Amino acid sequence: MSIFLTKDSKVIVQGMTGSEGTKHTTRMLASGTNIVGGVNPRKAGQSQDFDGKAVPVFGTVADAVKETGANVSVIFVPPKFTKDAVLEAIEAEVPLVVVITEGVPVHDTAAFFAAAQASGKTRIIGPNCPGIITPGESNAGIIPADIAGQGRIGLVSKSGTLTYQMMYELRDFGFSTAIGIGGDPIIGTTHIDALRAFQDDPDTDAIVMIGEIGGDAEERAAAFIKENVTKPVVGYVAGFTAPEGKTMGHAGAIVSGSSGTAAAKQEALEAVGVKVGKTPSETANLMREIMQGLSK
Amino acid sequence: MDLMEFQAKTVFAKHGVRTTVGAVVTTPEEARAAAEKIGGRVVVKAQVKTGGRGKAGGVKLASNPDEAEEKAREILGLDIKGHVVKILNIVPAAAIGEEYYFSFLIDRANRNYLCIASAAGGMEIEEVAHTNPDAVAKISIDPATGVDEAKAREIAVAAKYPADVIDAVVPEIVKLYDVFIAEDASLVEVNPLVKLEDGNVEALDGKVTLDENADFRHPDHAEFEDVSAADPLEAAAKAKGLNYVKLDGSVGIIGNGAGLVMSTLDVVAYAGEEFGGVKPANFLDIGGGASAEVMANGLEIIISDPQVQSVFVNVFGGITACDAVANGIVQAFELLSSRGEAVTKPLVVRLDGNNAEEGRRILDEAGLAGLERVDTMDGAAKRAAELAAK
Repeated sequence: MSIFLTKDSKVIVQGMTGSEGTKHTTRMLASGTNIVGGVNPRKAGQSQDFDGKAVPVFGTVADAVKETGANVSVIFVPPKFTKDAVLEAIEAEVPLVVVITEGVPVHDTAAFFAAAQASGKTRIIGPNCPGIITPGESNAGIIPADIAGQGRIGLVSKSGTLTYQMMYELRDFGFSTAIGIGGDPIIGTTHIDALRAFQDDPDTDAIVMIGEIGGDAEERAAAFIKENVTKPVVGYVAGFTAPEGKTMGHAGAIVSGSSGTAAAKQEALEAVGVKVGKTPSETANLMREIMQGLSK
Repeated sequence: MDLMEFQAKTVFAKHGVRTTVGAVVTTPEEARAAAEKIGGRVVVKAQVKTGGRGKAGGVKLASNPDEAEEKAREILGLDIKGHVVKILNIVPAAAIGEEYYFSFLIDRANRNYLCIASAAGGMEIEEVAHTNPDAVAKISIDPATGVDEAKAREIAVAAKYPADVIDAVVPEIVKLYDVFIAEDASLVEVNPLVKLEDGNVEALDGKVTLDENADFRHPDHAEFEDVSAADPLEAAAKAKGLNYVKLDGSVGIIGNGAGLVMSTLDVVAYAGEEFGGVKPANFLDIGGGASAEVMANGLEIIISDPQVQSVFVNVFGGITACDAVANGIVQAFELLSSRGEAVTKPLVVRLDGNNAEEGRRILDEAGLAGLERVDTMDGAAKRAAELAAK
């Protein structure tokens, strides 16, 4: 088991024929993902070859869903076209839409998130995220599949490279699912959504939660953990040294006045019993101790 | 990108919001000329991208051109929370009846928009919210339906704006929402929104933050860039397309991925405690690719920072394997020496992840002067801090 993505997921790629889309479709296929199609109105009816596997290209998401029964779409289209691409996937009632694209205007994200809420049929992950991987089963996005295998740790992170780093540190244990939710001000899936799903997933024993400066998602996640999560959670927060008023790479990673600081997030998590590591390695070691304790 | 007040008011005016843009000047003489042209009493306002200008002495009333020049001389060059005043906005002194607060912003928690409005304006809204929470209305806005006249009226009533200004304020709210959406702003704040003695409602001040992700549909926003105020290293990095933020410490940082770089800064500061408080000198995310050219450009910016005593290159090989990153570093050294710039500061490199062994071998074989390899993030951070402290 896992969350959001399984071996039965049928994945289409919007933007598959572009350079990023092609590169990562190749990688997703290599890691065993069941990719059933791509979408490009100008290349409808053609197919694209990936190391000997021909993947059909459809003119619309609706056609792709109708023909293949796809239930996941991964989006690699440029920021200018992302909003329309996501709206098309929502319209076609795709249950899971993973938006990898970085640099999407926040008003566009607000618009497609509102549309997804109104439809009630689509979960969005991202934008500006590395996607989601259920090791050994399926990989929707750009997380390298060879870092870590299947296991019983669930991972949710705002940052892509810290996701990879943490998977690498804990590769001897493996992961049920690892999900990069992205660091934009508005994101489709939050820490809380992932925590809830991991709590309900019988194949996840413990959870690593990685946060960073900006907003109060980690504080709200802490409140959620207190009320709803009985599985052990270990946390890490990046950005203690970030100056006030400066965006640190991710559009949402900014300390405004006294709000959004790493210290406040750490404090909130520790107050509900979440152990928070000072460095990624220390965080991995905290999880290591928990997993070793659980296996006794 | 945050706008200065006069820029925000220019954007307001473009969308029909009632405001007075006034004159923009940079010398006391220009201030006098502007005051002469306006006639009567004027307000001389420091243009800096921070709050609390009034308290810091950055906003002054002048009753004639002589005084305007004198006040301008006092305000220009003033340091307001680290922002040195170089630009002044001269506006006619308005006959103010009442002051209100108004804003639209992105609501990260609810993933939609939020309007904050209050009849208690002119002071810090956080303070009002703290001392008198009932006086501050927070109204959620659905991006799908936005703000029409009916919604604007609902907001005005919730804010407890006086009954006699509601009709005047409603169209201004609709136009401010137009600013928020059409300009791709993540914040539109008016404090104070004032009722003038003639009954009209005007934006006396303005604060706007523009979403840089939307620059592709706003070529006109480029004019708002305050090139003179930017740190020269930040400006140079931006020109090279690098994601760089200048900080105060002495360990230059290069990494891949925003989260990992933020984490690297923290780990260096943490390790630096042991060496008398050594701190990171910058944030620099060279992204996933880590090509030789990007690496060379990044190194170039960092070694040109006179504060930097050591450099920490922290790369986790994910999509890009470590051997490619190692080759990038080796080529970056060559590129820099071909540009006539040698890497004269000690460099600590940590490569981990995909193909780490091969990457490390390439670095070892290249035997680059001043380069040390440490294979854990914590260990490398410690070594870089130690080298900076020497």
